[in-house]
Amino acid sequence: MRLKITFAKTKAMRYTSHLDLQRTWERTLRRARLPLAYSQGFNPHPKINLGAALPLGFTSQGEMIEVWLEEQVPLREIESTLTPVLPPGLKIQEIQETETRLPKLQTSIQSTKYLVNLSQPIPELTKRIDELLSHSSIIRQRRVKKKRKDYDLRPLILGLVAEGDDRLHMHLSALPGATGRPDEVLKALDIDPLTAHIHRSTIIQKDS
Amino acid sequence: MLTFTEIQSRLERVLPTVQKPGRYTGGELNQVVKDWDTVNTKVALVFPDIYDLGMSNLGLAILYDQLNQREEVLAERAYLPWADMEAAMRENEIPLYSLETKHPLTDFDIIGISLPYETLYTSTLNALDLAGIPLFSAERGPEHPLIIAGGHSTFNPEPMHAFIDAFVIGEGEGAIQEIVDVVQTHQQSADSGERRALLHDLSKIWGVYVPSLYEAHYHDDGTFSSVEKLIEDAPLPIDKRIEATLPPPTTRFIVPYVDTVHNRAPIEIMRGCTRGCRFCHAGMITRPVRERTVDEVIEAIEEAIRHTGFEEIGLLSLSSSDYTHVVELIEKVHERFGEEHLSVSLPSLRIESVSVDLMDALKGGRKGGFTLAPEAATEKMRAIINKPVSTDQLLETAREIYSRGWTTIKLYFMIGHPSETLEDVQAIADLCKAVVAEGRKVIGGRAKVNAGVSTFMPKPHTPFQWVPCDSIEQIKAKQDLLKEELRGRGLKLNWNNPYETQLEAWLSRGDRRLAEVVYQAWKRGAKFDAWGEHFNYEAWMDAFEAVGLDLQFYTHRQRPLDEVFPWEHLSTTLRKKFLTQDYMWSLEGRMRIDCREQCFACGILPTFSGLRRENPGDVWQCPEVSQGRVKSIKEQDLLPVISDQ
Repeated sequence: MRLKITFAKTKAMRYTSHLDLQRTWERTLRRARLPLAYSQGFNPHPKINLGAALPLGFTSQGEMIEVWLEEQVPLREIESTLTPVLPPGLKIQEIQETETRLPKLQTSIQSTKYLVNLSQPIPELTKRIDELLSHSSIIRQRRVKKKRKDYDLRPLILGLVAEGDDRLHMHLSALPGATGRPDEVLKALDIDPLTAHIHRSTIIQKDS
Repeated sequence: MLTFTEIQSRLERVLPTVQKPGRYTGGELNQVVKDWDTVNTKVALVFPDIYDLGMSNLGLAILYDQLNQREEVLAERAYLPWADMEAAMRENEIPLYSLETKHPLTDFDIIGISLPYETLYTSTLNALDLAGIPLFSAERGPEHPLIIAGGHSTFNPEPMHAFIDAFVIGEGEGAIQEIVDVVQTHQQSADSGERRALLHDLSKIWGVYVPSLYEAHYHDDGTFSSVEKLIEDAPLPIDKRIEATLPPPTTRFIVPYVDTVHNRAPIEIMRGCTRGCRFCHAGMITRPVRERTVDEVIEAIEEAIRHTGFEEIGLLSLSSSDYTHVVELIEKVHERFGEEHLSVSLPSLRIESVSVDLMDALKGGRKGGFTLAPEAATEKMRAIINKPVSTDQLLETAREIYSRGWTTIKLYFMIGHPSETLEDVQAIADLCKAVVAEGRKVIGGRAKVNAGVSTFMPKPHTPFQWVPCDSIEQIKAKQDLLKEELRGRGLKLNWNNPYETQLEAWLSRGDRRLAEVVYQAWKRGAKFDAWGEHFNYEAWMDAFEAVGLDLQFYTHRQRPLDEVFPWEHLSTTLRKKFLTQDYMWSLEGRMRIDCREQCFACGILPTFSGLRRENPGDVWQCPEVSQGRVKSIKEQDLLPVISDQ
């Protein structure tokens, strides 16, 4: 049985990395004593896959994880056994059964949406955004294996609007090899990401 | 001092800028958060190193669990920040705080520090400093928390005597509860402002040592002469505390979000060890051997899985394969949890008690390396250290291990034992090669040996407490030989920095005068002494010079047999005559058998005969006691010889 669990990652869990979150889910599923499916081989691992990685420090709702179970379990029962054993900072929003033949979760993710709250208002925020978006390319650097590499941030920005002078909505590409980071967008806007609280509101999959 | 809300808001700014911020947030599954304002007695449990290590400390996990079971008590955790976070905290004036509620440590009534090893001493001062607490016990008053410490290294607490108000010598489960009781009594009494009265009352608890109630005296040549009581009813000696039977195991472990050193549920199956390896501090100080029943351990695993979801269980003891029912235990684990992909680790296996049955039983789990600790490679050295393992037996065991699917065998050795020569060290390399060669016969080129070669440092309260430790030059020569020899396919060598091990040497057999050295070293920047990149040998050398002490006096001096040691008033209850005799025997290459075969009257039973009588049967591995006398032991006809080699 293949499941897709949509969940919120909140405060206490903010500083848990992708890998650590994977382990946290494994332990949560083990506490629930659900019949987790394991990979074959010398060192069997539970068959679970997290969707798009969330950078450290961000909160989110609409995160996704895929889980394979050895046998069929009613969705209602899964939810009722999981909910009481969730660690602080994880909250289940939805559990769905998915088609086993569909491609892996990671490859189906297309884009992500963020809500950014700024601790200090930025005067003429909209003007700054318009100015940024008027460029046909925004060259920034990222580190790839300790080397700096140029990349173009502009095509990764699918949407960027201000709400008042202290709040931003971003819609960024999340395709393999073409993932926009909200903190990079803030830097391009000359806003210190440390003064912002970044929350991922939605992960958008190809089909949906 | 900042309030917890101010600390919280400053952390919001700081955490995104440091590595692994998950170390500093708390909020994990199974942490206990109580209402701060309605709880009477607040205890902060501190491991003076980073979260990654502190979270793996079973002792503190047990105390946390036990203290939080009391309604009127709360226990929270604090660990040291790594260097980047420490800098950020100092810059933003964030004091050391508890993970659960972010209260500064100064808001607690008691701070309990775990000191399992000496390399945590300077970090302990750093923790107090970060908390804004005066380092010296004498400078603290009733407005400060009571600072207590326990753990294996506090069996010689003297180098830390100036900084800690009270030490627990021995096992902490019962002692911590009584300490809390005494603190509560003083909170309610009229003279609650009087720190000295509190310390006096604490000293009446079995196992508690209050250093300020004693004064140390020295001979002109610098050796220790005696300890003097400053108040008449201070106990002398201070007998160690033990639990007559092991309390129910802790199972509701905090599940960390970030990775830690031993990310698993630890269940202690047995305490103490009957083997009597002469270098082994733990084996001498944790007597007598007490075991948990198989059913109790299985129940504990069941609960731990339910509470934590950990995928690995560590069945802990000093010598797991000596646990009476080890095969039955492992088989039952597989029977009961076989479907749950649970990996079981059984550290500290002894070659002679790893049976084929045990290997078969362990085979089911996930396969990492298989670890064995021969410690020495020649018959001569094995007789000196009292660890009788024959090379044939080791090779036979290795063959069985490889043939059951393990590809890597980890072999632990120690260099620097008394009378060791380069030939004995060469034998370590030869033995490793012989083990790989056995592996090749069974599984071909995949066979590997990882040799972990640590450096022996003489420890107090052991039969080797008299001997000098190797000089840095000697250690380097031995390590160079091993590095040269243990190259090539299938062989890997790990060793320790010889300068770091020296630190352990002077602190473990230090006296009260070393407190000033610890302080001066910390002032000169020493901290995280167990971390290679932080270890600051210069700072220590300067500190010795500033204080005017010679470190050779502590490390490389052969102590005469009649020397009185500065740790003797802290009693493991092992008689000095027993240790002396064992030392003499090591010089003659004579061995003692496992004391489950025959009691050698080390001193445990005469001291704890009452407890033994109240706990008859297999709970203890010591002989039974009737009418206050130990059965069939006469002090004079001890010590059967099993080898004259």
